Amino acid sequence: MSTMSLGRLTLLHTRYQLLETMRVPIAVIGNLVFPSLALAFFVLPQRAVAGDPELATQAVGQLALFAVISTCIFTYGVGVAEDRALPFDAYLRTLPAGPLPRMGGRLLVGGIFSLVSLVPLILIGALFTAAAPTPAQLVGGVAAVLVGALPFLFAGLAIGYALTFKAALPIAQVVLFPMAFLGGLFLPPQLFPRWLDTASGFVPTRAARDIVVQVTTGTGATLFDFVMLVAWTVALAALAVWAYRRDQGRRFR
Amino acid sequence: MSTPVIEVDHVTRRFGPVVALDDVSLTVRPGELVGLLGPNGAGKTTLLSLVDGLRRPDAGVVRLFGADPRNPASRTRLGSTPQETGLPPTLRVAEVVDFVSRHYPSAQPAAALLEQFGLSGLARRQCGGLSGGEKRRLAVALALAGNPALVLLDEPTTGLDVDARLTLWEALRAYHAAGGTIVLTSHYLDEVQALAERVVVIDRGRVLADDALATVIGRVAVRRVGLTLPDGADLAPLWNLPGVVGVTADGSRVELLAGDADAVVRALVHSDVQFSGIEVRSASLEEAFLTMTAAAETATAAETAAATKTTDEGAREPA
Repeated sequence: MSTMSLGRLTLLHTRYQLLETMRVPIAVIGNLVFPSLALAFFVLPQRAVAGDPELATQAVGQLALFAVISTCIFTYGVGVAEDRALPFDAYLRTLPAGPLPRMGGRLLVGGIFSLVSLVPLILIGALFTAAAPTPAQLVGGVAAVLVGALPFLFAGLAIGYALTFKAALPIAQVVLFPMAFLGGLFLPPQLFPRWLDTASGFVPTRAARDIVVQVTTGTGATLFDFVMLVAWTVALAALAVWAYRRDQGRRFR
Repeated sequence: MSTPVIEVDHVTRRFGPVVALDDVSLTVRPGELVGLLGPNGAGKTTLLSLVDGLRRPDAGVVRLFGADPRNPASRTRLGSTPQETGLPPTLRVAEVVDFVSRHYPSAQPAAALLEQFGLSGLARRQCGGLSGGEKRRLAVALALAGNPALVLLDEPTTGLDVDARLTLWEALRAYHAAGGTIVLTSHYLDEVQALAERVVVIDRGRVLADDALATVIGRVAVRRVGLTLPDGADLAPLWNLPGVVGVTADGSRVELLAGDADAVVRALVHSDVQFSGIEVRSASLEEAFLTMTAAAETATAAETAAATKTTDEGAREPA
């Protein structure tokens, strides 16, 4: 007898993981609200930024990237570490499904929450700032944010599979905030001193930020940004695969 | 003959230096109700984790319905239980049942399943809010959710009160009567006695006994013969007495376990064993089981001692 189809099982896992996450709304709300609050309190009062189409678009793009990166680090990093600690995770491995539907569900749930976290930011940006990207720039920007967050999807998985829940939570925070600051997601890099701007060039958040700004405003990225983004994505994906295999080997060998 | 439900063929499984299963072979046929009996750490749970595909053996072969249990397709007719502590706390009872059922091609209707396990009134309750007994019943219900041909139950009624235990036993008997195969582990003898038709006793990763319940009970309907031997007396001749299945010594006091106590006493009288203080009493199932595991221990110890002795002698010989 064959198993249920991979597609149906993946949707099933997605549905129940969404349900489980929504039942603890504080986790979801935290991710949704923080970037919007930052936009409202730090960007809107500065009319020089909020009133300038290019600077406002740039600010919304930076915080959008922060929202998605934070979702990735937390749903994959902390969420996976938490799941691994539950005996239910091992039980699910005895069902006629294998590990793929669960992994697929995880990726889809992270993607859904990432998109949802962009909604309030885009609304605030559209209603209260001078940001006015063309529809193509808006769609391109959302795509660039998702692609730019890929290194952090893998970083999250690496943290989740390599560390225990207790270790994953602080590590996720330690990775997220300095990376976001250094990458210019809170303050635009134009305000950085020279040395910080140079250092910033080597982190994945900066590469992703420059690409998002490039797509939404037409300037900002260099070839080096693309090289850095690809290099970080490949390196962190390799780390995630290593952590996943090590974990599976320890628990299910 | 139909394909065995489970075939375990000369399987060894280690965890680091610990040998959890040592060359174990076991075949379970459709419709059997097998009790795996043994103390904690005996290897029962490891054996189940090989059958449900969670782990793979270091040596030997495990087959589930004739195929590799690590292939998900082999597990479409298998049901197993999560540990009750592992149920997702925020999901409702009916949701967990639905989630698990949808993994199977021909799952049971959820309402009937909940009814059978007395969970109908709790369908909308979140798992985190269930009592220990309710969680256990849900865990066993999940094993049956997919209409499996085989269920593996690891300590199904540990920590349950008497009523909850009887409800579960009833459900398992009904499943078995309808043709289902059950393998359950327990360190409660009465549970195995109440349910199983065949009993496999495991200790330290080895199968000590594998027989029909009646035969194991027969082995248990053994008697204890207690006697005192002079200091330093050799225990070896006692093993040669008729029907002796166990010899344990505590100082000079020796306990024999034997099917026919009369025959043992008669033989003792005619032997040159210098015994005193003889006493005969019946052994409980617990005692028989302990003796069975203790005998295996003694045998291993004797082997080791013999091996050491040979080495010592070998080393001395050239001088």
